[in-house]
Amino acid sequence: MKKIVTSSVFIIAFSAYALFQYFGSSHAAPADISTVANDPNNTVSNTPPMTSAPTESLNPGTKKGSSTTPAPSAKQQGQYADGTYTGSAADAYYGTVQVRASISAGRITDISFLQYPNDRSESLYISQQAMPILKSEAIQAQSANVDTVSGASDTSAAFRESLASALASAKA
Amino acid sequence: MKMTRDIMGMPVAVDIADTAASAAPFERVFDYLRYVDAVFSTYKKESEISLINAGVLNINDASSDMQEVFALAEEMKKRTEGYFDITRPDGSYDPSGLVKGWAIRNAKRILKELRYENFYIDIAGDIASSGSNNGKEWSVGIRSPFSSNDIVKVVYPRGRGIATSGTYIRGLHIYDPHAKKVVESPYVSLTVVGEDICEVDCFATAAFAMQEKALPWLDSLESFEAYGIAHNGVATMTRGFESYTNI
Repeated sequence: MKKIVTSSVFIIAFSAYALFQYFGSSHAAPADISTVANDPNNTVSNTPPMTSAPTESLNPGTKKGSSTTPAPSAKQQGQYADGTYTGSAADAYYGTVQVRASISAGRITDISFLQYPNDRSESLYISQQAMPILKSEAIQAQSANVDTVSGASDTSAAFRESLASALASAKA
Repeated sequence: MKMTRDIMGMPVAVDIADTAASAAPFERVFDYLRYVDAVFSTYKKESEISLINAGVLNINDASSDMQEVFALAEEMKKRTEGYFDITRPDGSYDPSGLVKGWAIRNAKRILKELRYENFYIDIAGDIASSGSNNGKEWSVGIRSPFSSNDIVKVVYPRGRGIATSGTYIRGLHIYDPHAKKVVESPYVSLTVVGEDICEVDCFATAAFAMQEKALPWLDSLESFEAYGIAHNGVATMTRGFESYTNI
């Protein structure tokens, strides 16, 4: 859960930055930039460590999921060294996310997904959504009168049998 | 009135709350289940499924029920991302994991056609429900996977189906068709609630092979809710599950 959040934050940050750079270059809005820079909610500390050398891996897993939106910082262009950066493969729970960012003239010019959990449709379906936080609880025996019971013990033999046959096909 | 039988090697219970119920509707259901067993039992050499597996009968020449089950198996395979499959490693078919839920579904239809509204049909803990029990909701206990005498949750399916896949065997090894290796499910009990008992049963079985993804996958499906119990006694539930635990 946390991993996909952190991965998402990372990806969103990258995308936001790329968009920002794109619009920033085509529309040149310095007033907006200064507004962003003065906004205390837009911290620069959470932006990806792009100042590192091109050979160094970016690790989305080290970022905190609770960070404020890492909006494009208002730092001057050229803080990133040119080159192509490959992020480390991050376990996003439904699969692995790995991106590659190209920096040119100090700006992100391209982000490509080297790995993305879309090999199966359910993975894609889930990866397109915010991951739900599912409620957990410690089970407790209850003294309740019920009409009937659904459970493992009656079915374990049948379960194993049907499951073995149901799932064994993949060996074929 | 409740009647029980042992059919298909499994305990079958039918409880009809409608005052008009006689023995006849129960016998209709039991007879139907015996027919299903005769056609689909892989233990009976003369069953239709055995003839298909022996290469004596072509699926295209089989009964309409057999063809329906094979079509349903194909549909379930697709809807469970390939995790539910009736094909054995040797290429033969064992649809028994599907037939139980399908038979319960059809038994419910039989009682509905006979104009019964308030009943449940329970085959080895997989249950189809309809209506209520003399004004009270039918109640289903989820059995503790650690202690067969204990119930850990009470569920009111309100006319829906409920099925539990589970095992006492700790560390059950299952084959993950996507990873192509044997894996261990973190769950020892997976209960699914949904409109159709046949789907519910298949999804509960398939979700087991999905390991940690079982609950997120079930949560992502509309109109299915689930309660999974892990080895450590911690249960995880889908977001809508609790709506079935309150009267």
